[in-house]
Amino acid sequence: MAEKEITLMKGNEAIAHAAIRCGCDGYFGYPITPQSEVLETLAEQKPWETTGMVVVQAESEVSSINMVYGGACTGKRVMTSSSSPGVSLMQEGISYLAGAELPALVVNVSRGGPGLGTIQPSQADYFQTVKGGGHGDYRLITLAPASVQEMADFVDLAFELAFRYRNPAMILSDGAIGQMMEKVVLPPFKPRRSEEQIASECPWATIGRKGGRKPNIITSLELRSEEMEIINLRIQAKYREIEKKEVRFEEYMTDDAEYLIVAFGSAARISKKVISIAREQGIKVGLLRPITLWPFPSAKIAELGSRMKGILTLEINAGQMVEDVRLAVECKVPVQYFGRLGGIIPEPEEVVEVLKKMVK
Amino acid sequence: MTHEIIISGFGGQGVLSMGKILAYSGLMEGKEVTWMPAYGPEQRGGTANVTVIVSDEPVSSPILSSYDVAIILNQPSLDKFEPKVKKGGILIYDGNGINVPPQRKDINVYRIDAMDTAAKLNMIKVFNMMILGGLMKVRPVVTIESVLKALRKTLPERHHHLIPMNEEAIRKGMEIIVKEN
Repeated sequence: MAEKEITLMKGNEAIAHAAIRCGCDGYFGYPITPQSEVLETLAEQKPWETTGMVVVQAESEVSSINMVYGGACTGKRVMTSSSSPGVSLMQEGISYLAGAELPALVVNVSRGGPGLGTIQPSQADYFQTVKGGGHGDYRLITLAPASVQEMADFVDLAFELAFRYRNPAMILSDGAIGQMMEKVVLPPFKPRRSEEQIASECPWATIGRKGGRKPNIITSLELRSEEMEIINLRIQAKYREIEKKEVRFEEYMTDDAEYLIVAFGSAARISKKVISIAREQGIKVGLLRPITLWPFPSAKIAELGSRMKGILTLEINAGQMVEDVRLAVECKVPVQYFGRLGGIIPEPEEVVEVLKKMVK
Repeated sequence: MTHEIIISGFGGQGVLSMGKILAYSGLMEGKEVTWMPAYGPEQRGGTANVTVIVSDEPVSSPILSSYDVAIILNQPSLDKFEPKVKKGGILIYDGNGINVPPQRKDINVYRIDAMDTAAKLNMIKVFNMMILGGLMKVRPVVTIESVLKALRKTLPERHHHLIPMNEEAIRKGMEIIVKEN
């Protein structure tokens, strides 16, 4: 095999190929536009014949997420993918995964809502993802890819983080990144872990008691409040550690910037075009792209914000991340939001107009 | 150099696959490429369009509001995208089914009667490659060698005998495209 294989593919296809290559043990999913190519590509690639990865089309999203729960209990690298309405159905399961401290990957190639909404791209699941769509005090490690390459790269990264912290991880993408084709270098093949490796790396896994160890119990249920508080405090301490160690972001043309755009995923791509047009017109503007939506790069935004005349968040929703940006700068800098709704993607020129009004 | 191209027509005319071949050809030349389809439910019977960006630099927004080149295969697409061609840019349209031709004087308008030609030559299947040939004549985004390489790479082996017909269509397209203004 060539050492660097460059190919052209859709973001959804990249997710599937990356899953096979990063030693994923199982995928459980149910088709929904605009992410169906994930399951389609897996079916086409038949990884059960090569790496031994299991691919199941479940009867529903509720089944998918609970199959993921089952697989995760055994220390396997398991995942599911869906789009907004399907991810809503999974929220109970995601909360249980977080409560039971199970590593797993959920991919959301989101579309416009609320309800069945539209099949066009949207970022309106930001709140659901980072504020907890399910119940209880939990957090999802959330990666927001802005290119097909990142769709491929973040699968392995998400699994690594999920296992490092025993916490579910989410790739929050959207229909644009899922459907567009770009060139991508797929990650090298990594074998699936052996049973022995799983036993040594995941001492918590319920893989059968060989020898004298105490039985492992995986549950999110604890009826004694005192015990439940201790569990919660431990989970919260883990979250603080993640917030300290795992913040990821991209900075673009911020050195001389007087204005800052904060945008993630496809909105960040649009922002780069906005920046090139705006700079031609003399507006010094840069971009901060959160790569992890949780943990959120609050400190970085506060630092950059302190030397900006204004901040604009560009989101393909009604203004969700803007709340976290305002919190980050503690309202010391004016923060505006612009976005389009219902599956409409903002065009670069209309964002430039918003910037011009800010500058005036 | 960056080429920002919109291809728009009816679903079934090969709009998306033409875009894909164009993007793949760019890839063959080591360029940065992005292929962004309008994947809505409007594709069947309605209009289908795809934005293709071929560039020497990393591509920023895959979604654009103005284009260097618009390739137009039906009237609704012409109505929608003629105003969105950049000043001095290129508009290529197939005359088939166009009642109100392009009006703008500040862009370069080319007409290519590929649908009629393809029908006459019994080449309907490669109609979209004729259009692609037209594009390559007036704006050499990629070379014909790259397109043939891309076809060899993307078509399954069993269809490789169709590549000469595709090449013929590209060359025909280069011949029949005419400047209108």
